[in-house]
Amino acid sequence: MPKPEEVKYTKTHEWISAGAEVAVGISDHAQHEMGDVVFVELPKVGQKLEKEKPCAVVESVKSAFDIYSPVSGEVTAVNDAVTGEPALLNQAPLEGGWMFKLKPSNPAEAEALMNWTAYQEFIKQSAH
Amino acid sequence: MSTTMTIRRTALNETMRKYGGKMVDFHGWEMAIQFAGILKEHEAVRKSAGIFDVSHMGQVFVTGADAFKLLQKINTNDLRKATPGKGVYSHVTNENAGLVDDIIAFCLAPDRYLVIVNATTSTKDYEWFKSQAVKMHVKVENRSDDFSMIAVQGPNVPKMFEKFAPEALKLPRFGIVEKDLLGEHCYVSRTGYTGEDGFEVTAPHSIINQLWEQMMELGKPYGIVPCGLGARDTLRLESGYLLYGQDVDDFHTTYETGYGWVVALDKGDFNGRKILVDQKANGVKRRLTGLTLTGGVPRSGCKIFLDGKQVGELASATYSPTLKKGIGVGYIVPPDLKPGTPLEVEIHGRRVKAEVTKVPFHKGTAFNKGIGA
Repeated sequence: MPKPEEVKYTKTHEWISAGAEVAVGISDHAQHEMGDVVFVELPKVGQKLEKEKPCAVVESVKSAFDIYSPVSGEVTAVNDAVTGEPALLNQAPLEGGWMFKLKPSNPAEAEALMNWTAYQEFIKQSAH
Repeated sequence: MSTTMTIRRTALNETMRKYGGKMVDFHGWEMAIQFAGILKEHEAVRKSAGIFDVSHMGQVFVTGADAFKLLQKINTNDLRKATPGKGVYSHVTNENAGLVDDIIAFCLAPDRYLVIVNATTSTKDYEWFKSQAVKMHVKVENRSDDFSMIAVQGPNVPKMFEKFAPEALKLPRFGIVEKDLLGEHCYVSRTGYTGEDGFEVTAPHSIINQLWEQMMELGKPYGIVPCGLGARDTLRLESGYLLYGQDVDDFHTTYETGYGWVVALDKGDFNGRKILVDQKANGVKRRLTGLTLTGGVPRSGCKIFLDGKQVGELASATYSPTLKKGIGVGYIVPPDLKPGTPLEVEIHGRRVKAEVTKVPFHKGTAFNKGIGA
């Protein structure tokens, strides 16, 4: 699984790996803000996702968070480990905590997302 | 919350930040919602010890020859149970038996009471107490701004207090002792909002930070951790304690909350008694009912269904760290569903299976020491 510097980020704090089949999860910053994750609802394999539309739910003790698909595409795999052990999203958001994989329908969409440096800057600015 | 209102900070604000508290606006108070994380903090209180800043809570002193008379008039519970050095959990009712607040009234002396009131209602309570004291020889003082409050909760807490305040160890559940701490007059009571044994210390602002540090030091060998309002909420809901403003308000009665044991109909007249007598005889139309879910995390406002028909909505709900599943309470019509009755709760548009569950959902060490509330 990827390192934080190797993935792209959305403004809604999802990450997406590179390639013909991409993995999606939530950023380390996001899991910090959410607090202890206790429930995860994932899309289904074969489900067609639309860019920036809600496709999964993460619940921490305190509240629920919609997860938006970073790009459009078809779900090819889901990580059942995180539904069984939601705390994986806190412990290893980029490794064991990936949520689903999909085949992007338009590879250009991922290109437009933020790289690590831009994302760090985005977090800094959002804090003000 | 309102943007025009200036946010209030407790005297412990800087200390909360120093310990890594994530600060949020809680009804106009800047409070720590969590430190290391709600699950860790929750577990610490259930298994060892946790410390909370609860300085937003209010203190109303009722003193004078008619102090008992006034409190007896405005409360559902019988203040005769609050002999000097003891407190009672009670509901303050209006003429319609709706709740003005839920409180603990401590008897410090036969003519001197300390009433611990909720943060959001302290001014309202004070005004209400005064309005009920007409022609009585009684002084009602809202001293909420004069005091800070720390709650130290968990099965290890009594051990922590062995050297610090041995007289507090002799207190029964709901007992209170006035004691000088760090040279200032303080109140130490064996109470809390977590379901675990422990103490609440009401103290002047001037010593509260030093007191916090002292507790942290004393608690170190016993695994004490700073806790925020997030864990306070999961702990209180597991214990079946009410949250005023969310589970109950001016338009719900004590019987509807399922807290009938705090109504002393035999003590003589009090505000709202007539309505409570009627509800006791004829039953209530709705009742705050506990339920447990098979999956998902329920939240306040989720709709509750019985046989496909909506029968209520959740007032308070959360993930229970102890039971590792969703729990909640909501007013349900019909009011007398048996534990085990299957229900459904709508979460994000989907119906999740649930069942009626007797509250408390979990009984901590406080429940071994008498009444848990």
